[in-house]
Amino acid sequence: MRLVVDLNRCQGYAQCAFLAPDVFAMHGDESLLYNPEAPPEQREDVLRAVAACPVQAILLELTDEDMANMPAADAAGSSAPSGGPR
Amino acid sequence: MTTAGAHDGALEHLKREGRIVIVGASLAGLRAAETMREKGFAGSLTLIGDEPHEPYDRPPLSKQVLLGNAVADHTTLPRRRAIDADWRLGVPATGLDMAARRVRLGNGDEVEYDRLLIATGVRARPWPNAEEASLDGVFVLRTRDDAVGLQRALTDSPRRVVVIGAGFTGSEIASACRERGLNVTVAERGSAPLVGALGGVIGEVAAEMHREHEVDLRTGVMVTALEGDPSGRVRAAHLSDGATVEADVVVVSLGAQRNTEWLAGSGLGAGPRGIACDAGCRAFDVRGIVTDDIYVAGDVARSPHALFGYQFLSLEHWGNAVAQADTAAHNMLSVSADRRPHLWVPAFWSSQFGVNIKSVGVPPMGTEIMITQGSPAERRFAAVYGYQGRVIAAVTFDNCRWLPFYEHQIESTAPFPPPFSTVDRRPEGNKPVPADFPDPSVPTHGPTITLSGYSPADRKMTFTPGR
Repeated sequence: MRLVVDLNRCQGYAQCAFLAPDVFAMHGDESLLYNPEAPPEQREDVLRAVAACPVQAILLELTDEDMANMPAADAAGSSAPSGGPR
Repeated sequence: MTTAGAHDGALEHLKREGRIVIVGASLAGLRAAETMREKGFAGSLTLIGDEPHEPYDRPPLSKQVLLGNAVADHTTLPRRRAIDADWRLGVPATGLDMAARRVRLGNGDEVEYDRLLIATGVRARPWPNAEEASLDGVFVLRTRDDAVGLQRALTDSPRRVVVIGAGFTGSEIASACRERGLNVTVAERGSAPLVGALGGVIGEVAAEMHREHEVDLRTGVMVTALEGDPSGRVRAAHLSDGATVEADVVVVSLGAQRNTEWLAGSGLGAGPRGIACDAGCRAFDVRGIVTDDIYVAGDVARSPHALFGYQFLSLEHWGNAVAQADTAAHNMLSVSADRRPHLWVPAFWSSQFGVNIKSVGVPPMGTEIMITQGSPAERRFAAVYGYQGRVIAAVTFDNCRWLPFYEHQIESTAPFPPPFSTVDRRPEGNKPVPADFPDPSVPTHGPTITLSGYSPADRKMTFTPGR
């Protein structure tokens, strides 16, 4: 799972750090640190974080490994990388 | 067939079976490639990169990677879509034949194009003395490989790290070292950290942050020499004030150089200051004539910005690379009436000593500065820069939610000083003060010679010794 956060857009709402604390963490009051290559087992949390970001700053690409074991309903909607600019 | 019809035909042909070459396989190159495919480009797409890696993200390298929270090899950029490209990685472009529309590669190959996008970016400016630069323990930080080496050296618990240069990268490195409990000395030629980007008023705030976190900050000094031990490991840095600082690791953080050497002699308007292009990202040739088939994006581009007096700006900003790549890719696949200008308002961020620093606009154009919210003493404030009675830039320390407001002020040429008052405006922030940028006319790098006089007959030379 590869991700990048547009930190120009990020305003430190910390929703991602709340929903996927193993991948995103606040550093000080409003700086965000994140792991740009999150492990597959974090997929659900990261998808939630991507969806919850108020400024939609997280771009996520799911790799084949992440897509394996994906529930069928999800997999259909995720053939394109999730979380791109909307 | 009408002229417009002929043009459309050519464009349709380009989209269907044209050849587009992108030199530079980093953020701008990748995003441009994605946009081209999104816009229906079905021809051949070649991406050329001198590093062996597929495009990766650089900002984490001086932040979470040095802190040990992320692995340097794990910063590969996510893709917005598949781009079906022919990747030529690990081989630099070495030449351009504009007439034959051909790029030469370091391995002797040649690649032909119908449209070329140059996004070769910048590289770290190396330590000028090659022998000293090759000592073990001397680093620059720009690439993934640099970050791997530096991170490893910091893990070995060096007794002291010397950082040469207190710009954004140097300050972030110093901050990461302190967070890891390492002793660090920062040597900065200017009067304060960040002074070139944000001016002396904000630089003073940055200097206090360094000192509060027990960085040994030395300003107004240059490093004159690096000294190695007999085994070839760096052991000390000598400063222009006569001091010697013993260190196991030295990080050279002296800014960047644009990757344009490969274009020397090509006839393109490329040089040490980048590649000049128009607002639509089309490159100029050396005669100042705009090209039709060569485009530029990212750190290596210099383009005029309507909002800032059509000044040619080179922006080494993450967001600029994304936005300019998108505009260049759009324009490469559009007829002239459909092209659009690159009008992105400059913006960047930095994270150091636990504080989020963000900026919009062009702070170095500002002559005055005014604190409009919060207080520098609390490391939580917004400040605006004024230029000829208008708002030209803003910076925030841990106050980023105000930035979109100031961005709109800049875009709409709002008056400076701002007429509004806020509930948290402190007495010290009630009036503008000089922003205190270094005088750009004063040479800072070694001796220079300048010419004056209106005709060759009365040309005079003025020699300014190095400082």
